[in-house]
Amino acid sequence: MHALVRSSPKLKTSIPQAGALVPLGHGGKGLRGVVVQVGAASASHLPTALAQGELERRLLEIGFVEGAEVEILHEGMIGRDPIGVRLDDMRVALRRREADSVLVRVQGVIAEAAE
Amino acid sequence: MSLQVPEAQPSVADIANDTAATQRTAALRVALIGNPNCGKTALFNALTGARQKVANYAGVTVERKEGLAQSPSGAMLRVLDLPGTYSLRARSPDEVVTRDVALGRLEGETPPDVMICVADATNLRLVLRLVLELKQIGRPMVLAMNMYDIAERQGWSIDLARLSQELAMPVVTTVATRRRGMDKLLAAVESVSGAAHESPAWREPSAAELRAAHAEAERIRKTCIRPPSHPDTLTGRLDSVLLHPVVGVAILLAVLFFMFQAVFSWAQPPMDLIKSAFDHLSTLITQVMPDGVLRSLICDGIISGVGSVLVFVPQIMILFLFIILLEDSGYMARAAFLMDKIMGGAGLHGRAFIPLLSSFACAIPGIMGARVIDNKRDRLTTILVAPLMTCSARIPVYTLIISAFVPNRAVWGFASLQGLVMFGLYATGILSALAVGFVVRKIFWRGAAEPFLMELPAYKRPDAKNVAMGVLTRGKIFVKRAGTVILAMMIVVWFLSSVPGPPPGATEPAINYSFAGMIGHGLEPLLRPIGFTWQIAVALIPGMAAREVAVAALGTVYAVSGGEGATGPLAGVLHAHWSLATAMALLAWYVFAPQCAATLGVIKRETNSWTWPLVTFVYMLVLAYAAAFATYHIAQAFGA
Repeated sequence: MHALVRSSPKLKTSIPQAGALVPLGHGGKGLRGVVVQVGAASASHLPTALAQGELERRLLEIGFVEGAEVEILHEGMIGRDPIGVRLDDMRVALRRREADSVLVRVQGVIAEAAE
Repeated sequence: MSLQVPEAQPSVADIANDTAATQRTAALRVALIGNPNCGKTALFNALTGARQKVANYAGVTVERKEGLAQSPSGAMLRVLDLPGTYSLRARSPDEVVTRDVALGRLEGETPPDVMICVADATNLRLVLRLVLELKQIGRPMVLAMNMYDIAERQGWSIDLARLSQELAMPVVTTVATRRRGMDKLLAAVESVSGAAHESPAWREPSAAELRAAHAEAERIRKTCIRPPSHPDTLTGRLDSVLLHPVVGVAILLAVLFFMFQAVFSWAQPPMDLIKSAFDHLSTLITQVMPDGVLRSLICDGIISGVGSVLVFVPQIMILFLFIILLEDSGYMARAAFLMDKIMGGAGLHGRAFIPLLSSFACAIPGIMGARVIDNKRDRLTTILVAPLMTCSARIPVYTLIISAFVPNRAVWGFASLQGLVMFGLYATGILSALAVGFVVRKIFWRGAAEPFLMELPAYKRPDAKNVAMGVLTRGKIFVKRAGTVILAMMIVVWFLSSVPGPPPGATEPAINYSFAGMIGHGLEPLLRPIGFTWQIAVALIPGMAAREVAVAALGTVYAVSGGEGATGPLAGVLHAHWSLATAMALLAWYVFAPQCAATLGVIKRETNSWTWPLVTFVYMLVLAYAAAFATYHIAQAFGA
């Protein structure tokens, strides 16, 4: 049983429709989409230690850039955190609080994340 | 019986000679730079072979790896292996070194003439952006397309000529693990070395500039590179098992358990061998030399000091064998992913799990293993709490006191009381390590939590030769660098325990007349509130050499011969001399026991300052005293 969008105090949970905008940190396993914004301050409900500008640049440097395809492949055991995502043809692990700075346009949801 | 100090490699002398020779001809300086996991170290090994030297950059704990390579034309080149990075915008001390060397502004470091950017040919997305950033430095550059065999096998099609044209630099394909392409790479380095340096134009890119660079890198990638029609799915298939929330964690625990067992038990035979070899040597010298301070210095000071350094080498090499295998295969990143949440709760990085686990065998390899953590603060926290894990040197102390004071009876029908006490001591160590980590994070480095953001590299088969070289390097570094500090401290401990010698006609054991005896007697009033006798205080001084030495020292102080065995007569003597409260207080003391010269020495080496060993010593001393005090008084209140 996968919750496709993680419950959070601020974001109403529902299965995201294709075309919906979702912060990556709210996504569940199997979520697929295209990055539309990196460093989206408003999307983050969890504080990160870094200044927004710094986090944005780090995300860019590891490959989160507008237009990149993402898919959530793995979730951690406790609290489904951190997450492992496919980012175009590479894989990146990050915590949900940082992933919240990446806004994704949902393309679809695969029931099984296995390739 | 021969004593082989692992220093037999001729490479050090060779490097000295080679260095002298190359300096005369002003050898080209080449720096290797690239993303993490691009096979940069393998390429460095392939270029330089055994002709490499590992040291630290001045003032920082970042490793400086330099070696000599011979080009096809016969010229020698000095190759520097820089820490991996995604960007010149440095975030860790390692990346600061990479940036400053590349920019030619690191003090005491001659700027490189040519840079080789190393790329994993199967994973070019991020490195192309790095290449564009590096070009702004204005130094001649060559791009090495490493792991080209894997890229070909997977069906990548790369237009090398076009790529070279787009990037305006030579592009050379290499297979570092098979030493393929090395001559071509070095020839390319020589061909660009004459090119004029442009004036450096690098500054920290803004987010907008990063996006623009990404777009440019993406354009180059699309024009020059066609991905395979059937992408490799091995990594994905492995990850669906290894990163599974339940199965993955179970596998990780199994891997870690196996590793722990190996560090513990595989290391035992070689450790015993080293120990007995040094004991033999000591006996030999005792037979041929007249009794006196000199003999004591040689046998009990120097030989046992060198022995106690070398005895760690098997554990360190086995631990690093596993660490390097886990790193090179790509599994280390997965282990960090799986452990991040658990370790993060205690303010530690996911990668801290492995150093802390190996600290159960011995804190020395654990503290050295903390190098797998990039972030400086996370590494320091791990180093600070590593000595709290119950190391194997505490076991002789625990077993001695437990066998003397805890009745060997079953509780709840199945568990032995002695075993339960032992388990409790281990659990206390783990819990206090987590608590200290938490406190350090919350109080001292508040709000400084680093984001957990890392690539999960494709799985690769580790290369036997590179693994072997890495393990050997670790052993050598330990002996050369930490070893000297530890040896010096051992000799100090020897000095305190044996000088001055006993007066003629002395009736008490010799140690009672030494400085250690005086210090022990002097400390006794301080230790009385925690229930320690002056004999315990005296035994704690030679116990600085290694915790288990305290057992032998107790035997010496109580003048018990053959008292080293836990079930020997010493246990009976202690039972007669100590109250149960004293024994329990000593157990509590040893959970935290700061006295281990080797641990403090290796912390000094790893942090490159005396501050951190001092901090470790003081905080553990305070904890040990508080725990022993509380235990003693609570036990007394219960009539023990």
